[in-house]
Amino acid sequence: MNWLLDVFSAIAVAGGAFFYLAGTVGLLRFPDAYTRLHALAKADNLGLALIVLGLLPQVGSVLAGLKLVLIWLLVLLSGAAVSQLIARAARRREHQP
Amino acid sequence: MTAVVSVGIVLLLVVLGLWTVVARAAFLAIAGFVAYGLLLALVWVRLAGVDVALTEAAIGGGLTGALLIGAASRLRGTEARCEAERCAPATRGLALLLSALVSIGLMVCVLLLPDPPPTLAPEVAQAMPATAVGNPITSVLLAFRALDTLLEAIVLVIALIGVWSMSPDKAWGGRPGSPQAVDPNGTLAYFARLLPPIGLVIGVYVFWAGADHPGGKFQGATMLAAMWMLMQMAGLADAPPVGHRGWRAAIAAGPLAFIAVGLLGVFTAGGFLAYPEGWAKPLIVVVEVALMPTLVLVLGLLLAGPAAREANR
Amino acid sequence: MAEYLLSMSAFVLLMVALGLVRVARGPGYADRMMAAQLLGSGAIGVLLLFGAATGETAVVDVALTLALLAAFASIAFVQYVPTLDSTPPDAEPGPANTPGEGRP
Repeated sequence: MNWLLDVFSAIAVAGGAFFYLAGTVGLLRFPDAYTRLHALAKADNLGLALIVLGLLPQVGSVLAGLKLVLIWLLVLLSGAAVSQLIARAARRREHQP
Repeated sequence: MTAVVSVGIVLLLVVLGLWTVVARAAFLAIAGFVAYGLLLALVWVRLAGVDVALTEAAIGGGLTGALLIGAASRLRGTEARCEAERCAPATRGLALLLSALVSIGLMVCVLLLPDPPPTLAPEVAQAMPATAVGNPITSVLLAFRALDTLLEAIVLVIALIGVWSMSPDKAWGGRPGSPQAVDPNGTLAYFARLLPPIGLVIGVYVFWAGADHPGGKFQGATMLAAMWMLMQMAGLADAPPVGHRGWRAAIAAGPLAFIAVGLLGVFTAGGFLAYPEGWAKPLIVVVEVALMPTLVLVLGLLLAGPAAREANR
Repeated sequence: MAEYLLSMSAFVLLMVALGLVRVARGPGYADRMMAAQLLGSGAIGVLLLFGAATGETAVVDVALTLALLAAFASIAFVQYVPTLDSTPPDAEPGPANTPGEGRP
């Protein structure tokens, strides 16, 4: 049973790392600030989510697992708000003379 | 494999440090510095100093960034002149030589450190049960070296007075900062309504967990001050006026309570800040709870800056 | 398992380093404003994996602090950077604002 959880963790963490890779590739290769924001959001949302999911079987207590999920939710919330604000600031600068 | 992670972090730090020094625009340097601070938290975790990592993440990552950005926005008038400035080659050569000498000196000192390093950790571990506190850092900060913590709190208050002293004469006693024109239904206001309650719970948790796990009042106070600052940035709260007696009393209350506990120690246990037998834990809790609002107010007001609007407005 | 988690954390660290290239190069302020956010979520990933690999449970608290404070630093960047060349920050809605902003 333990090794099954370990395999699950390994696959989930690998998936999370893959989305971090995808986010970074997007950040480096996308043409525009707005599209790069999209790429960054993938690393935040999916990458961290899969890592947290993979680490849930590895932590010792329910409280620690809840803390992991809380971290992910915080990153999700702040990523969403900050992306909106960055995009709006960039847009406003475009309208400048 | 830990060696690979460590080397990777160190390389990244060196590159970030170089970038911070070399970047000419203030904003680039600040972005590099905040990144550097966030990564330094990783270094502290790697060195098994989790309390220091918490403080570094809170102060170096968040608070210092906001402070520097505020400073940069006040300095924007001098930005163009700064970027156009060029030193003579002799000055640059001398600066390079001095920096290289200091770096080499530091490297030599670190490599020549005695191994095993001199440490008081065994003595602390032996004396800790008397303080009934599980986290050795907390026991050192609030029991064995409580005087340092008291002086540090007083230094913070003095720093705040220093920042306030830079208010222009006609704004003295007024509120810091200019009122932000922020859309009350926009993203920032929404975020500033949602995050501070969560931040409050996490800040109080980190403060309370400091007794037995890494944490403590300083990290918790930084989080609370950051949440307060967020509300100010979104226009949901206004900075308090500098001359208001109530706020000043709240700031002074923390160190005064700490000094009172110290004087209590003079009469009951034979020395300033000595704790009587069995009273260590309750007194430590009293001191921490008293210092927490002071720290939150001082850190928040340091970020807000000197008074800028006229009083009675 | 610990070795595997450590190598994953090294990988995520590498991704963060590569992402910083964009922050350094990216033309315009928007790319630089992403620095705090990228580093925040990347460092949190590295910390969580590192903490799980070494078994130190307090590292999760560091990640929690980072999540909160990196968000705050990003907001500070976004709010103040426009003032670096006298543009008003996140202002009241007006005709020049982006379309699609929810209005009451």
